[in-house]
Amino acid sequence: MNTDKKRAEDLTVVENRKINKDYYVLKLASKTDLPKIKAGQFVELLVEDTRNAFLRRPISIYDVQPECNSFELLIQIVGEGTQLMSQLQTGDTINTMYPLGNGFQTETKSKNILLVGGGVGLAPLLYLAKKLNDKGIRPKILLGGRAENNIIEIDNFEKYGDIFISTEDGSLGEKGFVTQHSVMNESIDKIYTCGPDPMMRAVGDIAFSKNIDCEVSLENMMACGIGACLCCVTDTKEGHKCVCTDGPVFNTNELKWNIA
Amino acid sequence: MDLNTRIKIGGLDLKNPVMTASGTFGYGPEFEDFIDINRLGGIVVKGTTLHHREGNAYPRMAETPSGMLNAVGLQNKGVDVFCKDIYPSIKHYDTNILVNVSGSTVEEYIETAARINELDHIPGIELNISCPNVKEGGMAFGTSCPSAVAVTHAVREVYKKTMVVKLSPNVTNIAEIAKAVQDVGADGVSLINTLLGIAVDAETRKPLLSTITGGLSGPAVKPVALRMVWQVSKAVNIPIIGMGGIMNATDAIEFMLAGASAIQVGTANFIDPTVSMKIVDGIEDYMRRHGVTDVNDLIGAMIED
Repeated sequence: MNTDKKRAEDLTVVENRKINKDYYVLKLASKTDLPKIKAGQFVELLVEDTRNAFLRRPISIYDVQPECNSFELLIQIVGEGTQLMSQLQTGDTINTMYPLGNGFQTETKSKNILLVGGGVGLAPLLYLAKKLNDKGIRPKILLGGRAENNIIEIDNFEKYGDIFISTEDGSLGEKGFVTQHSVMNESIDKIYTCGPDPMMRAVGDIAFSKNIDCEVSLENMMACGIGACLCCVTDTKEGHKCVCTDGPVFNTNELKWNIA
Repeated sequence: MDLNTRIKIGGLDLKNPVMTASGTFGYGPEFEDFIDINRLGGIVVKGTTLHHREGNAYPRMAETPSGMLNAVGLQNKGVDVFCKDIYPSIKHYDTNILVNVSGSTVEEYIETAARINELDHIPGIELNISCPNVKEGGMAFGTSCPSAVAVTHAVREVYKKTMVVKLSPNVTNIAEIAKAVQDVGADGVSLINTLLGIAVDAETRKPLLSTITGGLSGPAVKPVALRMVWQVSKAVNIPIIGMGGIMNATDAIEFMLAGASAIQVGTANFIDPTVSMKIVDGIEDYMRRHGVTDVNDLIGAMIED
């Protein structure tokens, strides 16, 4: 069996860890060996028994424990689907399509790497930081959010990088947007970012102006997750591309963001 | 119990009545990790036009209760790229591959169909006169009898294999249009394409689609689709391929009872990429449970006292 194939599988919830009222971490396990999972890939979760959450929910992979055939998803409650999934109990099953998408490019000669996560967009950056550690790189990690309660999982990220924090209201770390944080002025030769679209565009602008290579993980609305429906497209220099299969990670030089 | 699940649509010989709907299944390879494509009765590949089309701007999808709106707008690389790059990678499938053909003008339909006619392993086309998401052509052809007849007749002249015409539900009398395309040589009709709709965000007061309008699909449309299949079955004697919100084998059986000879699975492919296999198996289970040895006996078998 080709273990790198995508699957649609009933996975077992082994833990549902509540972070605060808005965020939780679902740990899901397979009965068989996991396929190879790359940092930046995602899953599509099927929420059952609801009219309003009709489509699957695309969620970034937060961490992977290959030895336990399990992985974790960091989820923010934003609507009915993520609300219902927050009530899953240990032992429940959830049908999961995975692993989906291309993932971050971790073959890099860069040494001074900055990861920028906005809100729940920090999710795919943890496994990325781990993978960079495996290559002997300890990245700088900038976590941004509206306020202190949006800055989560610091203890976990600290293990794999040097942490910097910004909040819009100044309740934790430096006050302002991530792009205003002083770490942006340090010597950086590669940025990976995930977060709200305006934040990623602003980070992309800085990267472009300083000629820094930059990868962004987009969060377009999607249906199928496997390149069939063509709903989740982003406009690239080569035309519309599917975020689910050509992405979710794009190098900003592929996108039209820096073109006037 | 020996079961016959084979169905004929024009010159097509389907091993079972289950097909996948255009625009919901890519070209097939997208689903190879999940299912055995060769177990399907047929697949209808993404809508193909003469020239490359970028489709509409993002956002082009909105989730709605028990369904979704899409406004993809026939994004595809054009018929020449299909013939040169895509066809060679799928022609080995042991199933009926139909190409969904669309265009902005009658000439584009003719030219595209003529090129598809040359492909040995494509036994049929689905003539799309019902796409609601393009400014020119598409649904404009399928919402009046004269234009539906004009394009069907013109393509019939150049396309020699099985031609199924995909009908729009956004009409006053779908049976009339089905009858009209039958009279100019359609070998079958497929219905329904999506229902025109819109979705609005009350907080921002903005529409959720870049195009404002889009096509509704999913279980929300199933009763409308069933009604239209039933009406068309009373009006024509060519086979009907029914679709609209089919999520499981029971839904598929309902469409056959209402008059469909085969069915297409569409939006459900997005929810469960293995659903088409479950429907193939589920139809056989139903036949065993009801002592039906030939699936053809289910066509139009709804009891109307």
